[in-house]
Amino acid sequence: MNKKPRSLIRIIIPVVLTLVTIALIVWPMLAGGQYVVLDPKGPIGSSQRDLIVISTILCAVVIVPVLILSAVIVWRYRDKPDNKAAYEPNWAHSTKAEAIWWTVPIIIIGLLAIVTIRYTYDLEPSKPLASEKAPVTIQVSSLDWKWLFMYPEQGIATVNTLNIPADRPVKFELTADSPMNSFWIPQLGGQIYTMSGMAMTLYLQADHEGQYWGSGANFTGEHFAQMRFDVNATSEEDFDKWVNDVKQQSQPLTQETYNTLAEPGTSNVAYYSSFPEGLFQDIVTKYVIDGQGAHSKHGGSADEASGAKESTTQDVDKSAN
Amino acid sequence: MLERLKEFASEFFVTGDPLIYGADVAIGITMITIVAVLTYFKKWGWLWRNWLTTVDHKKIGIMYIIASIIMLFRGGVDALMMRLQLAMPNMDFLHPEHYNQVFTTHGTIMILFMAMPFMFGLFNVIVPLQIGARDVAFPFLNALSFWLFFLGAMLFNLSFVIGGSPDAGWLSYPPLSELSHSPGVGQNFYIWGIQISGIGSLATGINFLVTIIKMRAPGMKWMKMPMFTWSVFSTCIIILFAFPILTVTLALLFLDRFAGAHFFTLDLGGNPMMYINLIWMWGHPEVYIVVLPAFGVFSEIVSTFSRKKLFGYKSMVFAMLIISFLSFFTWAHHFFTMGSGADVNAFFAITTMLIAIPTGVKIFNWLFTMYRGRIRMATPMMWTLAFIPCFIVGGMTGVMLSVAPADFQFHNSYFLIAHFHQVLIGGVVFGYFAGLYYWWPKMFGFQLEEKLGKWAFWTWNIGFYVCFMPQYAVGLMGMTRRLSTYGWDTGWWELNFVSTIGAFLMGVGFLFQVAQIADGIRKYKSLKASADPWDGRTLEWSIPSPAPEYNFAITPRGDDVDEWWEEKERRAKGIYPPEQPLEPIHMPKNSAIPFVMSIFWFIAGFGFVFGWLWMAILGLAGVGICMIARSFSYDTDYYIPVDEIKRTEASLRGSV
Ligand code: HEM
Ligand SMILES: [Cu+2]
Ligand SMILES: [Cu+2]
Repeated sequence: MNKKPRSLIRIIIPVVLTLVTIALIVWPMLAGGQYVVLDPKGPIGSSQRDLIVISTILCAVVIVPVLILSAVIVWRYRDKPDNKAAYEPNWAHSTKAEAIWWTVPIIIIGLLAIVTIRYTYDLEPSKPLASEKAPVTIQVSSLDWKWLFMYPEQGIATVNTLNIPADRPVKFELTADSPMNSFWIPQLGGQIYTMSGMAMTLYLQADHEGQYWGSGANFTGEHFAQMRFDVNATSEEDFDKWVNDVKQQSQPLTQETYNTLAEPGTSNVAYYSSFPEGLFQDIVTKYVIDGQGAHSKHGGSADEASGAKESTTQDVDKSAN
Repeated sequence: MLERLKEFASEFFVTGDPLIYGADVAIGITMITIVAVLTYFKKWGWLWRNWLTTVDHKKIGIMYIIASIIMLFRGGVDALMMRLQLAMPNMDFLHPEHYNQVFTTHGTIMILFMAMPFMFGLFNVIVPLQIGARDVAFPFLNALSFWLFFLGAMLFNLSFVIGGSPDAGWLSYPPLSELSHSPGVGQNFYIWGIQISGIGSLATGINFLVTIIKMRAPGMKWMKMPMFTWSVFSTCIIILFAFPILTVTLALLFLDRFAGAHFFTLDLGGNPMMYINLIWMWGHPEVYIVVLPAFGVFSEIVSTFSRKKLFGYKSMVFAMLIISFLSFFTWAHHFFTMGSGADVNAFFAITTMLIAIPTGVKIFNWLFTMYRGRIRMATPMMWTLAFIPCFIVGGMTGVMLSVAPADFQFHNSYFLIAHFHQVLIGGVVFGYFAGLYYWWPKMFGFQLEEKLGKWAFWTWNIGFYVCFMPQYAVGLMGMTRRLSTYGWDTGWWELNFVSTIGAFLMGVGFLFQVAQIADGIRKYKSLKASADPWDGRTLEWSIPSPAPEYNFAITPRGDDVDEWWEEKERRAKGIYPPEQPLEPIHMPKNSAIPFVMSIFWFIAGFGFVFGWLWMAILGLAGVGICMIARSFSYDTDYYIPVDEIKRTEASLRGSV
């Protein structure tokens, strides 16, 4: 008689605590905020979202049963005087059982590995996207603590804001005039590092018009938190119009302005009607001696990088003509 | 003159922040109190003889653990400060500069000065007892390792009040950590704090490898070793191969900063990416260094508290050895986004996933150890049971991160932060807590009361999920790590706010633990522990709590994994081992050299930090003299006579 209420409390307290915990976790997940990674607006982001979903399901197939199994085992074999479950203190080996739990993870990981390899080659960032339209090239430099975007084909430049035409591949060429950062627009696709002495390539595309969140993802010092930018994906006409506006309404980016810009500090959004020829290439090779790239040997991207450099020079030539 | 002194002082001491002045005052008061208490109670001699010069593995272990709990406090305060700063958008509690220092010291301290020494503490206290040895293979070196760790950690912590803290992240990527971007002395503190304690870590690794290989009790074949000892063995193998990489990497970085070299600089052919490869060639194995012993602890506890043999012993050993091997081939998963190409990324993605297989097998074996057992819910077992789901989920998000193209979206985001805290807290910290509770009576000779311990357990666990689950979500919302602040327009604040609540709950959990220990110390006389309070299975439970300084009066045999359990069964059947005559026991003598030598290392490190060559040379000369002094000291050991052993045993065991 005396025992009953106590054991009831012992059940109620954990249940209440669990519910409170879950509520605390779930409430903010529903409020505000946008799950940008799970709400992609371009082909790369979509494939990555699919991959996230596939890998989550594959993992969940194993871990959900295991979680349930753990709970059941702990409950069933707890030390209670009246527990009638079997007790076999010396049962410590079973080849059959162990074979099962070596095999199950091997199969799951095997499947996941196959999927991963396929996607790794498919989504290699320097691989051009399939599209009838020619990509637009944008040269990205991470500075301390702002982003500089140069549009070699349009001949303009911006700071901390990025405009792209929707529904057309964008070829980003990326470098840094500062410690290594990482260029990330979650709704379009995954990030890539920006590094001095090296021109990385990243193809992305926005399928829809809209404004997307972009930021630096790799820590670069004091005002790293200020390194964010909006990405405005617009129609082709609006993009051209915007380019014209920038050309007409802003000052050119001269070598001197660039030098000031490159000094450590934060910056507002800025637009430039032109930029010095070959500036991107200069930034890439700023610290490189005699063409001996500091990272000229760099896994699979070495050729990519030098390829990028060539095309960069061409692009710049084109826009200068 | 006075002016120059003032100017020097304002650069030498960190100034201008009330938090730091507060810390200065707190440190000052603590120091004075310690000195006053020691003097008043005339405890200086006791401190010197019993602790500062000891070579006893059990005392060294205890000192490691005390130091690591202090560091847990420091790292935890850092964590709470960060969480406070992130609780709301546009908070003005920590300036970016401070925020950067705080996450850097938090990460470095938690991994290198909290997890590592906690782990070494458990090694020290338990491994010799578990394998039936009188001490470790090299007791003098063991003491030296401890003092190197301790003074390295002190040097690192000093940066808080003198010179300024490092702020380039816990792995200090160049060029950010180079002179060009971090001109202050903070980075030097980072380098020398880690270097000095790193020598100690490497030496400990070697020491325990030799101890386990050479000093096992007669009859204890490899496959009869307790699982914790196996985990220590696997970890020490990793230490042996990984720590030299760290030492060399940091030495090169120091040459860049100190001697104008260009290994990792931006200019003149330096290659920062080389550093990133090197540091992760140590860094990834490092996380397995700290987690494998936790696996060992869980194995012991699961079996003891289920009153059942550990399931799948051979699989467990095999799994652990594979993990230590594979841990060296996954480092590039920390920079899938550095443009290494699809071949490289695919390779490292697969090797990373492979580790999930042996880890999964271990989980199944723990579960089936409980299956058909009898599970007792004492605090060590509760932490173990909390570990299992936490690690399963953390392991799952780890596998998700290893899917290279998906990691392009997770990398550097709060999703990653949530993942590694889940495995580091749920795996490593829970594991060491479990070990501490489990072996507490063996270390100190009294039991802790469970009540406060259970409060601590629940607040820690609830706090953990409330803190870190929202971080997975906010990562998917695009929040990147190491952000000192964020705007209202991001939509991140609810999640961050809840996360902060969780962090403070964990802080409360820590306070409960402190209260539990304080309460235990107050009542220790009434809480006296027997030799075998948990009905244990391995040899450490066959000797009194706390263990006498020579551990085993008679060298035990180790014919079975659960030797002590088997022995108890035999005794229950009335079969007693044959009486053996006692013999004098050979013991190492105390030595002041490890302590003194480490002080000289500290002086040398301090000199290097500030570029004061005279001081560095002075310190190194002191180190050299200590080495010479040690080479010429022949009076390093003694024998405990049989009479004294008899007296000790009689007083400890009563009539047994
Ligand atoms: C007690 C609860 C803890 C809380 C609330 C906490 C919180 C945090 C926070 C807020 C950050 C900074 C995230 C950022 O700004 O990027 C961080 C980073 C980190 N934490 Fe913890 N932490 C805790 C425990 C631990 C433990 C136990 C470990 C290791 C054993 C650990 C290892 C790290 C590491 C390595 C970093 C990365 C530092 C860096 O970015 O350089 N933390 N933690
Ligand atoms: Cu590179
Ligand atoms: Cu890793």
